[in-house]
Amino acid sequence: MGHDAPPRWDRRMQQRLARGEAAALGELYDRFASLVHSLARRVLGDETAADRITREVFGYIWENPDSYDPKQGSLRSWVAQLAHRQSVHRLRQAGAASALDRGADAPGPAETERQIREASTAARADYIVTSMPAPLRAALELAYFQRRDYRQTAADLGVTEDEARRRLRLGLQLLSTAHNHRTLPPAPPAEPPPRGPGYGRQL
Amino acid sequence: MNGSEGRDPYDPREPGGPRDGQGPGGPQGPGSGGPSRSGGRPRIPSPRTAAEDNGPLPDAPPPAAPGVRTDAAETADAADADAPADTTGPDTTGPDAATPAPPPHRVLKSLLGAWALAACSAEETAAVETHLTDCAACADEALRLRDAVGLLHPADPLDLDPLLRSRVLEGCLGRRPARIPVPGWTAPYDAETAKLDALLSDMGEAEWRAPVRLRWFEGERPAERRTTVAGVIGHLMAVDGLVATALGLGDPLGAAAPHGPAGPTDRTEACWQAMADGRSPHATRGPWRDQSHTLIRTVSFAGRGVAELPVPYGDVRLPMRDSLLDRAFECWVHAGDIAEAVDYPYEPPVAGHLHQMVDLAARLLPAVLAGRRRAGLATPPRRLVEAGAPGRTLHLEVEGAGGGHWYIALDSPGALGTPDRTVAHIALDSIEFCQLAAGHVPPQEAVAGQHGEQDAIRDVLFATASLSRL
Repeated sequence: MGHDAPPRWDRRMQQRLARGEAAALGELYDRFASLVHSLARRVLGDETAADRITREVFGYIWENPDSYDPKQGSLRSWVAQLAHRQSVHRLRQAGAASALDRGADAPGPAETERQIREASTAARADYIVTSMPAPLRAALELAYFQRRDYRQTAADLGVTEDEARRRLRLGLQLLSTAHNHRTLPPAPPAEPPPRGPGYGRQL
Repeated sequence: MNGSEGRDPYDPREPGGPRDGQGPGGPQGPGSGGPSRSGGRPRIPSPRTAAEDNGPLPDAPPPAAPGVRTDAAETADAADADAPADTTGPDTTGPDAATPAPPPHRVLKSLLGAWALAACSAEETAAVETHLTDCAACADEALRLRDAVGLLHPADPLDLDPLLRSRVLEGCLGRRPARIPVPGWTAPYDAETAKLDALLSDMGEAEWRAPVRLRWFEGERPAERRTTVAGVIGHLMAVDGLVATALGLGDPLGAAAPHGPAGPTDRTEACWQAMADGRSPHATRGPWRDQSHTLIRTVSFAGRGVAELPVPYGDVRLPMRDSLLDRAFECWVHAGDIAEAVDYPYEPPVAGHLHQMVDLAARLLPAVLAGRRRAGLATPPRRLVEAGAPGRTLHLEVEGAGGGHWYIALDSPGALGTPDRTVAHIALDSIEFCQLAAGHVPPQEAVAGQHGEQDAIRDVLFATASLSRL
């Protein structure tokens, strides 16, 4: 639930936040907190750090509701980008801090970047799975987690075998875009200078 | 939306990248992945062993009459390999009837997802893997999809700390104060509805239909009704609807609402009747949650006087402020019923909110005692007390989170409870007290410590239990 908010909901939420409605902030949290928190936890692998990212991301949105541009995509995708960037920023900071602390023992910059890339990919993959059309997700769940073959998957879903194969392939194709790093996350050209640390950073 | 650049990977509306491969422009036309590119390509191993519970293997392919195109050809089992002549050149070259020709490229390509997930038959797996040594395009995609499988993992149980919500919201409001704040007295309702909603978000269809036993205390004895998780949410929505209509909002029951004024029980029955029409049980979550959000939003816009706005609640009226506190209490109690039914852990309200809930019950007790006395369910007053004058008092000591001391006037709702006139003292834990007030604990078994007048103690415990209702 909550994945298919129409663009109208997004714009309305933005207006309410801009107007300073505390009730809207609560609704925003209810809709996106688990998204933000799980993304942050996937990247940072730590509950406390994810709590902190959640505070930072919602704080940023509440202070800068106008920096969301509905033309660039859904509010959900924007929130996910913010969470992602902020988490990666923290991960990089942590890498730099450990380099300072541990000197020669610390993982090199290349190693840190590799970790960041892996964590980013995993986080994007999570997002893609939760955001993909429900029929594709259902097919993947049956075939992967319940180890049904595609014929059984087709029967379970009440679709043709042809359709089951199509869904499995399309679902994995979508998921494989998690590896596309170059375009991620896209930086809107007109992005206003961020106030919170890290939001303006590119991956 | 579909700009070719800067595609947004975080936007589910743009699957983008993947091509379905069915289109006419697909690069894998006949011969395009020809043998010329196959040299030196590593054979791609299967990602995992195939599922062991495959259905019966397909029979050997029947000789297909050229030009006869069947639906079976579309479903493209390995068995249907040599059906349509129009798909490929090279693949139809196997006239040898003893060895079936490999399935055409189009079919093998459609199997790549299932192959990467090890979700096809052994024959199909072998056919795909043979094909991958010959077809560069399919081999590329196979690698990509197999890597994608590695990104799948079981979803983490998303147990967000319920306390995080208030911390995050407070942090936000510290950075930028709200121009339209939410009144502080809505906080318990806000917190409890959010907590229940988070519990619901993890539930599957079967859990929505899980049986739930609703228990309360009526007069002198416990009562119960059986419903489902969905029924509980419908119940919460129907009774919250009393608050909504008091605010001038629409009735969530719509045309199903009982005619004329109706209390919680009638409204719940009406709601369950409407739900019996067999709508998807999930369907109650959205309206319930939307209404609770709308209630909070509406009171935040309504100005100060709304706190005292009377809400008719069956046979009693509560001011809006107490009414939402009562709804918060009910929300917690029923969330507990749901959690128990589906075997999830569930946290009680934070201490500050628990304290308010105990306080509401303590404030309601003198009037409830009077009502029970009129009904012959409690001992008559020893003597009449002038309104506002101190009278005989029960000292209610609530221990644990949210606890405190309350002095309950025993003689009449108008009398003043005071420590000097204490004739009885009971002590119990805050959660235990709330369970008693919810009708989940028999009054006879509720107390940890007591001394003083036995009649007074009995009357107060039974009155507390009778605060509960369906």
